[in-house]
Amino acid sequence: MSKRRSNGLLNSLLGAITGGGVRVVDLTMTLDQKVPTIVLPPELGQSWPFRLEEISRYDHRGPNTYWNNMSCGEHTGTHFDAPIHWISGKDLPDNATDTIPPEMFLAHACVVDCTLEAEKDPDYLLTIQKVEEWEEENGKIPPRSWLVMRTDWSMKFDPVEYLNLDDTGAHTPGPHMDLVPWLIEERDVVGFGCEAVGTDAGQAQHFNIPFPCHHLMHGHGRFGLPALTNLDKLPPQGSLFITPPLKIRQGSGSPVRVLALVEE
Amino acid sequence: MTTPLPKPKRKDPVKRTRKPTMPPGNRSREAQGLASMAARGRFALQTCADCGAVQYPPRQICRECLSGDLHWKDVDNGGTLLAETTLQHSNDLFFRDRLPWRLGVVRSDLDLSMVVHLAEDCVPGERVRLSIGLDRAGNAVMAARPEKPSSGEEDDLQLREMTFDPKNRRALIVDGKTELGLGFAKALLKRDARAIFVGVAQPWKASPYLDEIRKLEKVTIYDLDVTDTDSVEELAATIGDKVEIMINNSYHLRPGGLMDRFDINVAHDEMEIHYHGLMRLAGLFGPVMRSRGADGQHGAVAWLNVLSAYAMVNNPELGTYSASQAAALSLSQCLRAEMTHGGVRVVNAFLGPIEDEWHQLALPPKLDPIVTADRIIKGLERGQEDIPIGAVAEEIIERLSENPKEIERAIRL
Amino acid sequence: MAKRQGYEGVAVCVPVTVPYTRYSIKSAHWFCGRALAGLIKGAGIDKNEVDGMCVSSFTLAPDTAVGLTQHLGMSPRWLDHIPMGGASGGVALRRATRAIQAGDADIIACIGADTNHVDTFRQTVATFSQFANDAVYPYGSGGPNSSFAFLTDHYMTEFGAEREDFGRVCLAQRQNALPVAHAMMKRPLSMDEYLNARLIAEPLRLFDCVMPCAGAEAFLVMSIDRAKSLGLDYVEVMATIERHNAFPEDPVQYRAGWAVDVEDFYGQAGLGPEDIDLMQAYDDYPVICFMQIEDLGFCGKGDAARFVRERDLTAECGDFPFNTSGGQLSTGQAGAGGGYIGVVETLRQLTDQVQGHQVENARHGLAAFFGMINYDRGLCTSAIILKRADA
Repeated sequence: MSKRRSNGLLNSLLGAITGGGVRVVDLTMTLDQKVPTIVLPPELGQSWPFRLEEISRYDHRGPNTYWNNMSCGEHTGTHFDAPIHWISGKDLPDNATDTIPPEMFLAHACVVDCTLEAEKDPDYLLTIQKVEEWEEENGKIPPRSWLVMRTDWSMKFDPVEYLNLDDTGAHTPGPHMDLVPWLIEERDVVGFGCEAVGTDAGQAQHFNIPFPCHHLMHGHGRFGLPALTNLDKLPPQGSLFITPPLKIRQGSGSPVRVLALVEE
Repeated sequence: MTTPLPKPKRKDPVKRTRKPTMPPGNRSREAQGLASMAARGRFALQTCADCGAVQYPPRQICRECLSGDLHWKDVDNGGTLLAETTLQHSNDLFFRDRLPWRLGVVRSDLDLSMVVHLAEDCVPGERVRLSIGLDRAGNAVMAARPEKPSSGEEDDLQLREMTFDPKNRRALIVDGKTELGLGFAKALLKRDARAIFVGVAQPWKASPYLDEIRKLEKVTIYDLDVTDTDSVEELAATIGDKVEIMINNSYHLRPGGLMDRFDINVAHDEMEIHYHGLMRLAGLFGPVMRSRGADGQHGAVAWLNVLSAYAMVNNPELGTYSASQAAALSLSQCLRAEMTHGGVRVVNAFLGPIEDEWHQLALPPKLDPIVTADRIIKGLERGQEDIPIGAVAEEIIERLSENPKEIERAIRL
Repeated sequence: MAKRQGYEGVAVCVPVTVPYTRYSIKSAHWFCGRALAGLIKGAGIDKNEVDGMCVSSFTLAPDTAVGLTQHLGMSPRWLDHIPMGGASGGVALRRATRAIQAGDADIIACIGADTNHVDTFRQTVATFSQFANDAVYPYGSGGPNSSFAFLTDHYMTEFGAEREDFGRVCLAQRQNALPVAHAMMKRPLSMDEYLNARLIAEPLRLFDCVMPCAGAEAFLVMSIDRAKSLGLDYVEVMATIERHNAFPEDPVQYRAGWAVDVEDFYGQAGLGPEDIDLMQAYDDYPVICFMQIEDLGFCGKGDAARFVRERDLTAECGDFPFNTSGGQLSTGQAGAGGGYIGVVETLRQLTDQVQGHQVENARHGLAAFFGMINYDRGLCTSAIILKRADA
């Protein structure tokens, strides 16, 4: 590699981050034992919750060390869904956390505010019409953008409210069945992000195409980014998401520290 | 009538908590046989296979015919109180802490004289009912109560040292939102428990039983996930010094065998809940319970593990579940040893299949959870150490003692 | 039963008491050694002349009489260890007498000795026997107090004895102990004090119970010829009995082995109870004195209460001198040494070597022994009749 000084682009970015002009917003939930994981019928395979066991804390187990063992499923907390996660994406090239080209982990984001709708109706579904209205106001979604659905759902700190289960299943907002192919085909999004525990709506298994955000997005090599938070700190357009998952061999996803760069 | 049990008072913060001491534990190997009878609540004595003579105290040779062939057999437990004393002095710290202490000599109907711990209501010259109990050190001791149960006899302070009576004690029910959990709460209330703490994991999963528990008096519900060390630690820090009876009702059954349902994740969950869960509970609640084994008349007394009878022998239909139960059983024995010097007894209930969604395909007989919980608490009240519940559990114990290889090959239960 | 040979030609002499202390840091070996020293000094002989030894002790462990020979530098040709607690003294005398008659030994030292460290008593009762460990000690750990509380309670219920009746024995014995130098309790005892003393194990109160202490009791057995040549005062043996685990079918002990053998006992001596001038009975608790008085024929079963009401038990002026040195109840219980007091005190009385009151004109002395509450009752009993040498 040639020993070359920066051409100035990254320097300006760094300068803007440290000196003003670009804000870094952390879109990640804190990983702790109370972070809810998706609830599935009990006879199906279950994802491990996040768990931490202390290895030592400056004690007889390690006098000068504090560290922990941790365990969790790949889809725990704020996480990245790779295409291989769904059966529809299983045969795509570069479909796992270790093979997705790294440049895909940096992308522009469009944030659609559905707060009022979700507050009225936990089963709210984001429609093409709503996104088109958003575009009228904020401009067209550029290709290779994340479409991010803001609901303020992540403000529900009580896991019972957050998961919002009753005997007919979960009731959380998500994309309408028709929106998903439209986003892929008409807007070429990189993926779908949201604040709920999964990218699909709580009742999505009852759609004509069950779990469309999983089935279709991953079937087309797109990604998912659920359980985001702090979306209220983002502009509708113009933020840059940094979303690199852990490089797990043939990983279907991983907890991820999602950062957004926002121009001020 | 037995003097009513004094009501528990709030703890005096200035007073030093009485340290647990143990009654004398030096027993011969022969006498340990009594402990295994007591553990199951049986009244059995050594009986000569050759001449039928019943023996007491335990020994290795028949006192009549010198046969070496003595077997434990259930025998009649009636007798007459011939002599009594009330000790105002003892050579042992445990009894010194608890004087006066009433003792008797009972002539059993089998013509054996027995030194016994004596219930308050026993009258010299009158008929008594003998039982073998386990003392705070876990050793077998004889006790006598009036032949006809008297009202409130469980209040007898002295014999209460040999039972795990929930009356006036506070219990924690782990994984309380099952039907069994509801049963425990009801059974404890029926026996005048002082307070019932109910630990609940995954609160986002609704439970009709939890809804019913909420309606009961004296109940407080807490978050408690035995797979989460922090959660257990948090609750132990909150109520650990109030738990006098621990009911580890952790339950996670997923039918399936080893190769026939090869799934490390399922096995992991079972071990997390049954084995590591017990370990977390023991590690975080155990020390404070052990330190409170002699804390007044209502101190910490028992640690109950609700186990499957398949802890004793693997049922291949529930192969990994059985293995995780066996691990918990083994760990409970370690816990028992470590708890002993605090005077807190570890009790294991062994259940056959119960009537719930995970035993849908198990053949009857299946246990009604509410009745089961009540029977377990009754065993606790009587001071049993092993509480088999139901025909399946009883049969497993019997077949195991008869031929462990037979049941291993053909469990079919 | 084969006819027993007599005890002719045997002398019992040199009563020795190693003074009692409540607690001692000395070992049982020390007390045995001091007892032996007292014996050879009293007999005016060399240690090597003692060629037989019989020892009883609870606190000699891990040693027995065997280890003691090396401790004390002896080479006896006859050695016995009698683990019968309170019954040991009579049995030791019996065994030694036969050994002398048979010529197996010339001079036999019989020693009952125990030390009492601060925790000795608890350790002794906590590990007394398998049955006691398994089926008695875990019940309140009262030791002999609870066992004798049962026997006393049952006796009182069965025969209508009152606490005052037991008190009479304790008061008389205290009277007897007053001039005895080594007695632990030398203050007169009133009936009021006795009846209202601290409760120990109902119905037993403080003065019903012996006080464990350290000390030793010992005597020598040799031929009369040898005793005479040494110029020693001696007594002769007229009768001895022993019995173990008698009446196992009795639900609670109210009689013991003496009752089995009493006829044989007096038959050996050619005497009856009326010929006995003084009695030493094993007395860790007064109820057992009652049983000995009854079972050895001084009154009928259950009549001892009446008997002690009617008789005067003091050594000084009593018509039934009883435990004339104060017994263990007043002098203390020096472990197995307590099982030798009966021999030693009878020997003193019949050779005019008393430490307390001398019983006038005493010719025949009876001593009875009782020991080893293995489970619910004492298993070992023995008794002896000694006669004054010039009688």
